[in-house]
Amino acid sequence: MIILGTILTLVFSAVLIAALLVAAGVFTWVERRVLGFFQERLGPNRVGPFGFLQWVADTVKLITKEDAAPPGADLFAYRLAPVLASAPVLAGFGVIAFAPQMSVAALDMGLIFAMGMLALTVYGMVLGAWASRNRYAMLGGLRAGAQLLAYESFLGLSLMGVVLLTGSFNLGQIVAAQGDLWFVVQQPLGCLLFLIAGTAAAHRLPFDLQESEQDLVAGFMTEYSGMSFALFFLGEYLAILLVAALATTLFFGGWHGPWLPGPVWFGVKMGVIAFAFIWVRAALPRPRYDQLITFAWKAALPLALLNLLLTGALVVLGGQP
Amino acid sequence: MDALLREYLPILILLAVAAGLGLILILAAAVLAVRNPDPEKVSAYECGFNAFDDARMKFDVRFYLVSILFIIFDLEVAFLFPWAVAFGDLSMTAFWSMMVFLAVLTIGFAYEWKKGALEWE
Repeated sequence: MIILGTILTLVFSAVLIAALLVAAGVFTWVERRVLGFFQERLGPNRVGPFGFLQWVADTVKLITKEDAAPPGADLFAYRLAPVLASAPVLAGFGVIAFAPQMSVAALDMGLIFAMGMLALTVYGMVLGAWASRNRYAMLGGLRAGAQLLAYESFLGLSLMGVVLLTGSFNLGQIVAAQGDLWFVVQQPLGCLLFLIAGTAAAHRLPFDLQESEQDLVAGFMTEYSGMSFALFFLGEYLAILLVAALATTLFFGGWHGPWLPGPVWFGVKMGVIAFAFIWVRAALPRPRYDQLITFAWKAALPLALLNLLLTGALVVLGGQP
Repeated sequence: MDALLREYLPILILLAVAAGLGLILILAAAVLAVRNPDPEKVSAYECGFNAFDDARMKFDVRFYLVSILFIIFDLEVAFLFPWAVAFGDLSMTAFWSMMVFLAVLTIGFAYEWKKGALEWE
């Protein structure tokens, strides 16, 4: 029984990971194309119809490129870091419920697990930065660590309202509770704060100061090339998709929707949120680092606390969980 | 033990597959990729200069300050999670004790703010 289950899980995991890799690849193409249109140029349009196969060409190119390590590097940590930056995000998708009963593992601690996996990617960044023995990488790694700590503190708080309304960390149950009304209606502030914190946790523009090319070359991945660089890149894009999937689950009703089957709705909502990430990238400039940290502590954290207090008070006054 | 295993085994398998994929990709690159090292090419990048001194230099204490603040607020979040999940079954005493806890925390937060611990200057 256990063996059969193990084989089934292996197959399901492999299918999920393959689907996610393709989704991340397609997402890189969509982003480059859409950013091109935002900036009044065409973007990649040569490889395949509308340049759609650009991501395949990029993968082939990256895997054959030289994967050099600087002489002072700590080789074990240097090679381990990219894996640490991408593997946890893939595992984080294991608890996402794409439809009723459709997840690799419907953990009761699903939400905490997914958040933990999302936060683990920073170890990859800091480790890679330290192992590179490069000044830019070192500064980028420091920034990555401090930024994640500052934004992680209210990432958890912003979700607490939803947990309070549902009484569960199980992502399937959280979606099931949104049959009539999406939580974004009851928790608009929580949703906004979660998306901001999610952008920072996925180290995505405008919160990508650990790799901001105007002052740090490429930040923590200055020394990385070839496949190691590709894994960092993959980790970033998967993290965006994971944040989009979590936002869909927590605030936008997951698989609920008329006519179409559940997983399709889930994919559509995820796609719309991921598109919003590209839009934000095209629209907003980077803040200064002090503005970034100060915003987290002085604006977002008090707002998240306030949101939680208001939700709690309303639930107590309303007399129902 | 058995139930726990059954619940978490799929996640362990997924994690193993994901980590395995990463390692395979790194190994594949080691086999497939061109390798043509050159002292100038592989040396640490510092805008074309030779590295001035060790990259692992002293760094600003403010990064430590952020992590210390984080410990306080993350402990608070860890404390709030079980409270939120059991919210429906809690008595008014439990609700108000958490409010008192949050009030104490808010006072501490206001103190940090006033002392300038949240400033990046």
